[in-house]
Amino acid sequence: MKTVKEISLILGITWIGDLLNQLLPLPIPAGVYGLFLMLALLCTGIVKLTDVEGTGNFLLDYMSPMFIPAGAGLIRYLDEIKAVGGIYLVINVISTMIVFVVTGKVAQFVMTRSEKKRTV
Amino acid sequence: MKEILENSIYFGFFITIGAYLIGLFLKKKLKSAIFNPLMIGMLIVIGILFLTGVDYDSYQQGGQFVSGLLTPATVCLAIPLYKQLHLLKTHLVAVAVGITSGVLTSALCIFFLCQIFKMGHEHYVTLLPKSITTAIGMGVSEEAGGIVTLTVMSIIITGITGNMCANGLCRLAGITHPVAKGLAIGTSAHALGTAKALELGEVEGAMSSLSIAVAGVMTVAVVPVVAGWI
Repeated sequence: MKTVKEISLILGITWIGDLLNQLLPLPIPAGVYGLFLMLALLCTGIVKLTDVEGTGNFLLDYMSPMFIPAGAGLIRYLDEIKAVGGIYLVINVISTMIVFVVTGKVAQFVMTRSEKKRTV
Repeated sequence: MKEILENSIYFGFFITIGAYLIGLFLKKKLKSAIFNPLMIGMLIVIGILFLTGVDYDSYQQGGQFVSGLLTPATVCLAIPLYKQLHLLKTHLVAVAVGITSGVLTSALCIFFLCQIFKMGHEHYVTLLPKSITTAIGMGVSEEAGGIVTLTVMSIIITGITGNMCANGLCRLAGITHPVAKGLAIGTSAHALGTAKALELGEVEGAMSSLSIAVAGVMTVAVVPVVAGWI
């Protein structure tokens, strides 16, 4: 019963997210609308953490395999991959690593600086 | 043989989960970051489709039982975010500055790499939204006149890179603060990276979840501005 309630809540919010995605002319996906809706419901106490946590954590624990079908979908782009795959791979890998390091370093720099200020 | 496989939706369902299981097993046995279960799972599924000749749409009849959980899972990213909301309040400036610097760095990187490799406008705008989640990235690419299939390919390559290299990059660059780790993963490698961030810890997962949404929306605003550069 509890699990069924959790699943219904999560699916209901997901569905509203999907509705917003269709109704509003913004390039925001259903999942992101749903994320903020869920966050708002949790913050206002309308939905309690215990109402969604069990199933929610299950979904989050198994998020990695959910990307397998999309990744396997690369099989449809074999012609494009043959044509520009190599150069795209290089550009994507290099830029991802640079963005990763810059974001992490900048955020860490700001945090350590403000932490120092607080302790001084 | 091909028809028998294509006629059962459980074929696609089973090989998706089975391929991931093999990936997990190999990672446990070989203990190396190269053996990323997600990456291995994808390659195994591609290999099976290639060998059996089953087309992707037939496979996806079953595969969608797994990939269809992605949207509800994205909604549930609100759970770690809610639990770590106090961290967002404490580190608001670092979060804002970190994600902004990441989004701008992404645009600049793509600009310079496209210059170096002499890529034209079409490829440039195709690559610009590659660090954000597929659902937003596809729209941005289309709007800017990019090749949507190649944008999707780039988003997947980017996600796998972030997912596989997260630990190594943090160690190499000396990124130790869990908030900084989460922001770096989510801003550079969207939801696919976030799956890894959640494995690292709840703080990493929460910050990475937040970055998907914020970096996604910021990129929507930045791409039209920089699209005319090439």
